[in-house]
Amino acid sequence: MTIQQTIKYDAERDRNFPKEIMARHGCEKLYGCIQCGTCSATCPVSTYMDHTPRQLMALTRAGFKKEVLSSLTIWLCASCYACTVDCPKEIKITDIMYALKRRAIEEGVYPKRFPIPILAREFFKMVKNRGRITENELAVRMFLQSNWFAMMKTWRLGLNLMRTGRFSIKPESMEKPEKLASLFQGGSR
Amino acid sequence: MKFTYFPGCSLKGSGRAYEESLLAVCKQLGVELEELDDWNCCGATAYMAVSERQAFGLAARNLALAEQQPHELIAPCSACYMVLKKTQKYLVEYPQIGQEVHDALSRGGLKYAGTAGVRHPLDVLVNDIGLDAIKKQVKMPLKGFKVAPYYGCQIVRPYADFDDQHNPVLMDKLFKALGAEVVKYPLKTRCCGGSLTGTLPEAGLGLSFHILREAQRRGANVLATVCPLCQFNLDAYQRDMSNKFEPVHMPIVYFTQLMGLAFGMDAKTLGLQRGIISIEPLLKKQEVAA
Amino acid sequence: MKEQSNGDIRIGFYICHCGTNIAGVINVKAVADYAAKLPGVVVSRDYKYMCSDPGQALIQQDIKDHKLNRVVVASCSPLLHEHTFRNALEGGGLNPFCLQMVNIREHDAWVHEPGEPATEKARALVRAAIKRVALQKPLEKKETKINRDVLVVGGGIAGIHASLTLANGGMTVYLVEREATIGGHMAKFDKTFPTLDCAACILTPKMSAVGENKNIKLWTYSEIVKVEGFVGNYKVTVKRKPRYIIEDLCVGCMKCVEACVYKEGRTEDDFNEGLSKRKPVYMPFPQATPPVVLFDPEACIQLKTGKCKKTCVEVCDRKAIRFDQKEELVEINVGTIILATGFQTFDGKRLPQYGYGVHPNVFSAMQVERMVNASGPTEGHIKLKDGSQPKAVGIIHCVGSRDNRTNRWCSRVCCMYSMKLAHLIKQHTDAEVFNFYIDIRAPGKGYEEFYERLQEEGVHFIRGRVAEVTDWAARKEEEGRLVIRVEDTLAGFVRRIPVDMVVLANGLEPQADSQDVRRMFNISCSTEGWFLERHPKLAPVNTFTDGIFIAGCCQGPKDIPDTVAQAGAAAAEAYALINAGVIELEPNTSYVVADDCSGCKTCIPLCPYTAISRDEVKKKAIINEALCKGCGVCVAACPSGSIYQNLFSDEEIFSEIEAVIG
Repeated sequence: MTIQQTIKYDAERDRNFPKEIMARHGCEKLYGCIQCGTCSATCPVSTYMDHTPRQLMALTRAGFKKEVLSSLTIWLCASCYACTVDCPKEIKITDIMYALKRRAIEEGVYPKRFPIPILAREFFKMVKNRGRITENELAVRMFLQSNWFAMMKTWRLGLNLMRTGRFSIKPESMEKPEKLASLFQGGSR
Repeated sequence: MKFTYFPGCSLKGSGRAYEESLLAVCKQLGVELEELDDWNCCGATAYMAVSERQAFGLAARNLALAEQQPHELIAPCSACYMVLKKTQKYLVEYPQIGQEVHDALSRGGLKYAGTAGVRHPLDVLVNDIGLDAIKKQVKMPLKGFKVAPYYGCQIVRPYADFDDQHNPVLMDKLFKALGAEVVKYPLKTRCCGGSLTGTLPEAGLGLSFHILREAQRRGANVLATVCPLCQFNLDAYQRDMSNKFEPVHMPIVYFTQLMGLAFGMDAKTLGLQRGIISIEPLLKKQEVAA
Repeated sequence: MKEQSNGDIRIGFYICHCGTNIAGVINVKAVADYAAKLPGVVVSRDYKYMCSDPGQALIQQDIKDHKLNRVVVASCSPLLHEHTFRNALEGGGLNPFCLQMVNIREHDAWVHEPGEPATEKARALVRAAIKRVALQKPLEKKETKINRDVLVVGGGIAGIHASLTLANGGMTVYLVEREATIGGHMAKFDKTFPTLDCAACILTPKMSAVGENKNIKLWTYSEIVKVEGFVGNYKVTVKRKPRYIIEDLCVGCMKCVEACVYKEGRTEDDFNEGLSKRKPVYMPFPQATPPVVLFDPEACIQLKTGKCKKTCVEVCDRKAIRFDQKEELVEINVGTIILATGFQTFDGKRLPQYGYGVHPNVFSAMQVERMVNASGPTEGHIKLKDGSQPKAVGIIHCVGSRDNRTNRWCSRVCCMYSMKLAHLIKQHTDAEVFNFYIDIRAPGKGYEEFYERLQEEGVHFIRGRVAEVTDWAARKEEEGRLVIRVEDTLAGFVRRIPVDMVVLANGLEPQADSQDVRRMFNISCSTEGWFLERHPKLAPVNTFTDGIFIAGCCQGPKDIPDTVAQAGAAAAEAYALINAGVIELEPNTSYVVADDCSGCKTCIPLCPYTAISRDEVKKKAIINEALCKGCGVCVAACPSGSIYQNLFSDEEIFSEIEAVIG
């Protein structure tokens, strides 16, 4: 049994962090949060998160950037918008989650081989190259970089999909994916 | 009635049954669908996690293309529908990013005015075509079908433009008009887990499971969806769910497939054979009853 | 610049330092020197605090010494001290309307940096005032008498208290109540927080007192339909709805209710919040005042079809029933009006996630009040819809309140009444009780102590706003029950809590017809829809319309102690007016020069105070000076320019503009 001390010192706060997040589109009302917990209570995946959405809002507001960006919460958000729709202060929590995801990717803060940001990255690459997604290829790429073993376990699913004709052999692509080039200029944000 | 048709990546891939049944049903009802020329992926939920401007740009490109047509755009996949709508609204609400996206599109030779009408086929078929016109096409009422209507999240959240946000009823009304029994079902808008069932099944599987179990408990023998990812999540993992939690077994269809069945179309046309959990037993029962 | 009656214009100019408020930004001495050289100015002074006694004495002395006939004071906003200085002029023997004030504080010193531009602006403003004041004419203050009778609208605890206070002081009070009985919402409660006084026990004595007081004309089942007039002289039209009973004859024996052809009630009983049914003829509740029954024309067969056995008429030995009774319109004259129209509760159906109206055992707080009340539909037993007792009850705070999508405000009483209901439920059942809150608001006397008591009684207080009340079970023990999903923010996890009964602490909101009512009385509502007080701190029961006062929840959500306090305050304000006997009217009113008026009627609909009417004989517009507030809209709109305004003639206004420009 190890005794651990948890105390938060003010020096750990990044006072700019909440302001940076609030500057993102949709994230303006963060300061209005009354910590009522409706978001956590209505979120279908909150029970799997290390910090509930409400806790994450409190941490973001206080400026505990490290805790926020390294939490699994932001990746578990499935963007179902249940929180956004029920929040009594009309805070667009889903948009804040997206902003935090983007921030975490920018700063490279997430567990290695964590499937969800890997999926996002592969999705991004595939769209850039071909303009459309081929689902099974995307899934394979994700598994290859995160969890080989998990992919092994999906053999049955793969067979089922082939059996029912839902497995794309040919990759989906735009006729002219280069048409998208102008959208990708100027770096991501 | 004519609409521009935006299939989205799923309807060409694992959700092709949705496209098949939608096209068949629309043809029967006199709704002409013209696929958007060289459309691109809308970005879904994944792209917004990487780049906001590019995500809006991707969606806006489709909208810009759609504007070139005089008719409204139909987006059957709930995620595509929501992303397109959100893009339209955000580019107006936040003029700064509106300008950036506008400029990026111009560089690609496209104009964006934000005037494209974005509709979901459930809305168009039930509200525009109307239940009376649909009833007229019903040749084989869905007797013996106890349907759990599952709306999922993104067609009613965050924008509830054509149905109630907490208690949508369009599918309920539709299935009653098709002669089916509609099961009263509290989890109609609870998230199925989206991509989590694939990336993090420890979290995602339970979400889809509860939806199925409750449908089963309420006496449903089939569950109808409006989104290809919901259909996939609920259809493809029933064995895993039964092993991990409790036995669940139910065919998962698209609402357009039920419409097609009621119209008397054959299973192959509607892509019903693509369900991993087969709907054959239920169809046989219906034939016997008929 | 000649004085019209006798002699030259002789102006006294005073500029106030206001400590450093003005003097710290504007060079007041320079302005005083500048003013001294302007035409008509015979004395020009600067002083630290003009509003002080010595400051005013300065003016009065100068009026005497220098035979001043006009005064200009450059200081703060006239909203603060115009009255003070007008009185000073009067005290010095000069007509008070020969004063012009220049706002060089809020309009200059408080909005600019110190320096020459600020001083130059002050010079321009002063120049304008001096030019204008020469054109001002002495005006006479008008007075109007105050009618001693009072109208109180609304017979809840606020209206009752205000009526009794005034009636005991000798005034005649018309108490007009829309429902068939007075008592308001308080009559429905079982106990009141924090003392747990029985609501009926403290209310009914007051209700009886109203019924017996010779000075109170109690008109229940009546509504106001028209209000005309002005402070001290209101003419109000009251619609008296037909009960189909002669009130003075009925003694409330209720034999007619027993004898009614309907063996049981079929109409939802509003008083019992829909938990019971009543017959077409009914007594609103056992202690109703007046203790008189009434007929519901939507339900009574005789009134709907004319074909009934009329067993009720047979048994009434007072012969009080009159099916031919008609609505009556009565006009009354009163001097002051107190609005005490109360609130309505938030409709739980607007939050579908709580299942009100869908799940049978989700109740509103008001329904539980009625259940817990011994004279209510369940005789004081807390029962589920199937008649059984709940084993666990969840009370959800803040339903409809503190929510941008429904009502932004905090309804102030819900935390307290939720705790009260928790206590009563624990008393009446063995149930485990959970209160789900965001914050516990217990600000009153004894309120925090009440919270402490509830905690000691073992009520579970869970800090978390409930996301949904649902009937789908995740585990075996939840089957057949209502499940509350909430984040227990203090303990730090999401919980699913199965209960048998859910109580929604619905918030308070303005009555549905509050906009119609406020238009009728010519007062304002705040953005949230509550009647608007003149000043939130210093004039909470006055409105911007003289002679009309507000009291109780119609002004904003509050508990019974504050309601009664406001009712007393409103009664005092009314009484102050009545005791003064007369009221002074501002003379900056408009008047029509009849010879120039073409009778085009353009001005009449424009007046926001309905002060303009048409003399149908002469076909000219007439302005009622007492109603006119001097807004000037008619003056500007009149196509023939035949309307003029005291203190704001064209010459006065143009002279200011010319002088400001320089």
